[in-house]
Amino acid sequence: MVRGGRVSGWATGWATGWRTGWVACAAVFLVIGVLTGGGCTKKEAAKGDTYPVGLVFDVGGIGDKSFNDAAYAGLLRARDQLGIRFEYFEPGEGTDREAALRLLASGSSKIILGVGFLFTDDIETVAREYPEKLFACVDYTWTEGKQVPANLVGLKFREEEGSFLVGAIAGLVSQSGTVGFVGGMDIPLIHKFEAGYHAGVLSVRPDAKVIISYAGVTGDAFKNPAKGKELALAQIDAGADVIFHASGSTGLGVFEAVRARNKLAIGVDSDQSAVAPDHCLTSMVKQVDVAVFDAISRARDGTFAGGILSEGLKEGGVDYVFNEGNARWITPPIRARVEALRKEIVEGRVTVSSGR
Amino acid sequence: MIGLATAFVAQVLRISVPYALAATGGAFSERGGVINIGLEGIILAGAFGTAAGTLATGSPWLGVLFGVGAGILIAALHAAITVGAKADQILSGLALNLLVLGGTRGLLRLLYDSSSNSPRFEGFAPLAYVARFTGDAAVPGGAAATGPGAPFEGLLLLVGHPLFLLGAGGIILAQVLLFGTGFGLSLRAAGDGPRALDGAGISVSRVRAAGVLLSGVFGGAAGAWLALEQHMFTDGMSGGRGYIALAAMIVGKWRPLAGATACLLFGAAEALQMRVPSGVIPTQFLQMLPYVVTILALAGWIGRSTAPARLGEPYDREEGR
Repeated sequence: MVRGGRVSGWATGWATGWRTGWVACAAVFLVIGVLTGGGCTKKEAAKGDTYPVGLVFDVGGIGDKSFNDAAYAGLLRARDQLGIRFEYFEPGEGTDREAALRLLASGSSKIILGVGFLFTDDIETVAREYPEKLFACVDYTWTEGKQVPANLVGLKFREEEGSFLVGAIAGLVSQSGTVGFVGGMDIPLIHKFEAGYHAGVLSVRPDAKVIISYAGVTGDAFKNPAKGKELALAQIDAGADVIFHASGSTGLGVFEAVRARNKLAIGVDSDQSAVAPDHCLTSMVKQVDVAVFDAISRARDGTFAGGILSEGLKEGGVDYVFNEGNARWITPPIRARVEALRKEIVEGRVTVSSGR
Repeated sequence: MIGLATAFVAQVLRISVPYALAATGGAFSERGGVINIGLEGIILAGAFGTAAGTLATGSPWLGVLFGVGAGILIAALHAAITVGAKADQILSGLALNLLVLGGTRGLLRLLYDSSSNSPRFEGFAPLAYVARFTGDAAVPGGAAATGPGAPFEGLLLLVGHPLFLLGAGGIILAQVLLFGTGFGLSLRAAGDGPRALDGAGISVSRVRAAGVLLSGVFGGAAGAWLALEQHMFTDGMSGGRGYIALAAMIVGKWRPLAGATACLLFGAAEALQMRVPSGVIPTQFLQMLPYVVTILALAGWIGRSTAPARLGEPYDREEGR
């Protein structure tokens, strides 16, 4: 109701007459009803003495077949294997993340997880307000010199390492010697994918050309498939025959473009081969489910430690997909070459830069 | 070289189609005196209707019909709120945008058990003659084009796209309807001097409502284009195109053909940015471009752009403004 009150105040500011104001308020309330209907909360029934866990999803929520679904899988596995009970929120568009976190923190949950880099600031605030509770943030954004609260663990992935390997695959599979990268929003998190990919391509093919495009500079850049398709088509016109995307559902347009022009795309976050089975070279996967499960497991065991937890190839936090479906492109020599690169990174003989 | 040039032109046209259709829709609504910020939501509803319709019936033609229908439905709500209840037009549009965003998200989950996208569908097959010119390439996933028409593949595919032809024809028709028919005259009078229209015995409300509904037809078609190009619906896929369309409509001085030309300009800027190496032109600059051009147009630096005189004002017979 707090939210409704605030919006109607804003609405009357706009409206000119009392009647207009009334109609407008009714409309806004209707809309908020619909939105909160979409962004819902759920509780799992408690069975005896179980460890209570709270989780707030990123925009999109359960059913996004990617990031959020992976987090949900980790949550379900924790329920089945660790005997926890959980409560979750799926915030709609807008800024109610902090409210959802606070609501869970003030309830029975002992650990509260936020899924997505957007939670970074909100979860820090709430973690400081509730020092007796534990917090975890997937894709936490850490900047040099920032003090992380002792009851908060920032779960980070070294995406640049996984991107390096799919870059190497792209460089080895490409026939034209030109490959592409389509990023969503032009931000440091996505630059990690770009930097790793670029370095990976050049590591196996120093004369290769890498075309880099971004869909935009706002959050919408992660859900603009029409733009993704045109970006990919422009790259194909310029000679690219393999395109890696790190752009959310904008990437569905990249798959559409390679399908139309018979080229190859590389998926991201989870195995995306189902989108276009004959045109998905591989996917750079992030084990969000493992990270969520491990964070809950550590909290339950009492081995939880605040700070930054970074997972790369060594810890199995990132990887690329290899199976019978894409073995037609990733031939044994290519596979061997890429695995050799993996070994070098895992053993620390090669470090992949995370910035451009 | 010629292949790259035609590919560029084809890309500009593909990008511009949804802008131009929505801008035409905006012109119908605003010429009649009703601001339509809700175009964004109308496009999104049109895209969802097209995807749901095509998936349910298996026919992209029926899908487009569903999409246009969904656009009309949202426009009808806008008409009821602004013309019927005479409520604030900007607020109604904003509310409808949020309604459609939340509504399509809910339906997506209800119908397809996903919060991100609908299943894929095939959509229109390109007309047979295109394949004859280009070899097999016109068939998605086919081999590289080899026929004599290969360098013109992108353009030929567009010319063979039923919705492209319908859309282009529709925009020309809209220009004729607005400036060459009695209905167009009434609609423009409803926006410029509703009292005169009332005095002539014509219902201002009906004419305005008709203008808003026509914006639903064109906005819905813009959404249909997006869904068909993508072969699916994805959450929030309108991506701010409604606002760019409104900008183009203003630059085009509320005229369909001029608005479509402005859309081509915006589309060309977007396509250009995609083709120059990243870093040469800052992304932010090109994303600002439509709005900067719009402000210049409103400020009178690019011709004079004057809105319909009674734009945004509900018409009240008692006050008789």
